[in-house]
Amino acid sequence: MSVSAFLTDATLCIGCKACEVACKEWNEVPADGYVWSGLSYDNTQSLGASTWRHVMFLEQPQAAGPQLAETTDPFRWVFLSDVCKHCGNAGCLEACPTGAIMRTDIGSVLVQNDVCNGCGYCIVTCPFGVIDRRPDDGGAFKCTFCYDRQKAGLIPACAKACPTESIQFGELGDLQERAKNRVQELQTRGYHDARLYDPQETSVGGLHAFFVILGQPENYNLPPAPEVPTTYLKSAWTSAIICAAIALAIVFLAFAL
Amino acid sequence: MKAAKATEARLDEIRKSAAESADLSTRGNSYPPQIRGKESYYGLPVLKAPVWTWEVPIYFFIGGIAGLSSCIALAAHLLGNDAELVRSALWVALIGGAICPIFLIADLGRPARFLAMLRVAKIQSPMSVGAWVLVAFSGCALVAVVAEELIVRGYSDVLIVGANWAGDLTAALTGLVLAAYTGVLIGATANPVWSHNRRALPAHFLAAALGGAGAVLELLGFFIAPTQLIGLAAAIIETLLGVHFELSRLPVNAPLHRGKSAIGFRIAGVMAGPVALILRLASDSPPARRAAAICFLAGSLLSRYAWIWAGRASAKDPEVLFQIQRKS
Repeated sequence: MSVSAFLTDATLCIGCKACEVACKEWNEVPADGYVWSGLSYDNTQSLGASTWRHVMFLEQPQAAGPQLAETTDPFRWVFLSDVCKHCGNAGCLEACPTGAIMRTDIGSVLVQNDVCNGCGYCIVTCPFGVIDRRPDDGGAFKCTFCYDRQKAGLIPACAKACPTESIQFGELGDLQERAKNRVQELQTRGYHDARLYDPQETSVGGLHAFFVILGQPENYNLPPAPEVPTTYLKSAWTSAIICAAIALAIVFLAFAL
Repeated sequence: MKAAKATEARLDEIRKSAAESADLSTRGNSYPPQIRGKESYYGLPVLKAPVWTWEVPIYFFIGGIAGLSSCIALAAHLLGNDAELVRSALWVALIGGAICPIFLIADLGRPARFLAMLRVAKIQSPMSVGAWVLVAFSGCALVAVVAEELIVRGYSDVLIVGANWAGDLTAALTGLVLAAYTGVLIGATANPVWSHNRRALPAHFLAAALGGAGAVLELLGFFIAPTQLIGLAAAIIETLLGVHFELSRLPVNAPLHRGKSAIGFRIAGVMAGPVALILRLASDSPPARRAAAICFLAGSLLSRYAWIWAGRASAKDPEVLFQIQRKS
């Protein structure tokens, strides 16, 4: 099977949250609180164990760039539906000690819920802060890329419910091409700060869910240069081995002296 | 629910927290103060905080002591002539190794599925390496202890003596990994303060394990020269590491310098470092050494908690994450 991808386009999002609703309903994700955040219209706030799509509401200074639509608001509106990035090199997958997290035949990163024992290591090794543990259930949960739907020939629930095609679903190479063209098109139309967020050059090795955004990735809480924590293993283990040798030497010296 | 009426102190607290969100550097300029320019999405965290609860630092602490205790047993076995020390150190290793899984399992979101940990072996996952090393260590320590107890009771044929040596040697080697891997475990993560200190963490955890194992044996009555030397070495390393962490004033290390994690971290560092060192240098009488041992143990346990608290604080700070990523 070919490798699946999401292209989520901030310039097409209207902030309707249909993706959040569709995801919750199809995947039977439990409610996780009814909180008024006070942060624009965003009462979801972040991705989590029971939030697999999260629509952000950015209110940027007008100077940040041109408005996407007619408005009398004294700031620039941008919306973006965040999701698990299904990283090329996934921190959660590398770190999982049970093998519960696996790479599927469609290239996505999937948590096998019947295997996960809730050790929580994936939570601190995800460079995007996506995966989390459900307090009542104890297991780790995140976006499944609607693996069940994809295997049945259907597109993911969020992409299907999106009324503006802000969430596009397709084959990885096709969508990467489409994203590049979209950024170019936006720039020629005067959106100079349009860019693709898909860190190919870092150890994360590109995403299977990438984003067309306006402005800096940081404004969307997207890390500018995410690294998969396995890149830290070499230096940490080297230090551990040297220090262990020193500790053993101290013990032997203490008895030899 | 009726809120308590605000006190003057509460009003000051509100003012202070509001001021933290403001950029007051404009004071004295012609333009008015502004809200602090945040790049992040409403200052919300990018990363998830560790979900590990109180059991995990205790596991780090006991695992370290058990691991290095087996090294002391091996050294005493090879170089010393104190059979009682070898026996006690092996028992400390075995009991520690047996207690560890209790805390490790209690922390799991689904404790009933702890055996899933042994479903696969993944060298690239420190959590997987740790689970296997703990199993191996406990097995080796068990062999060593059983053989030791048989020898003490007069059953000493070649097989039993061989098992004793093999158990002792393998327990010491796996014990070192058990004590060190926990530093790698939290160092090789996306958490800024942990991953930034990934080289120092194994050193810190091994020093705590080394001094902790010596301290436990002292508290069991082994006021001998080697345990004093081990205690001195560990306290010196703790002191040096304390100075290192105190002088690393990078923004990423803020959780070691500010807030609850910093209070715990500093108290822990002083107790396991200078206080234990001064007590040992002042006198090598048993009461002084007992006090030094207790100080070191308390400090090294608290420092494991402080590292977890520091990780929680670090995960909440999106600006620091952006800053270190742009620099690299």
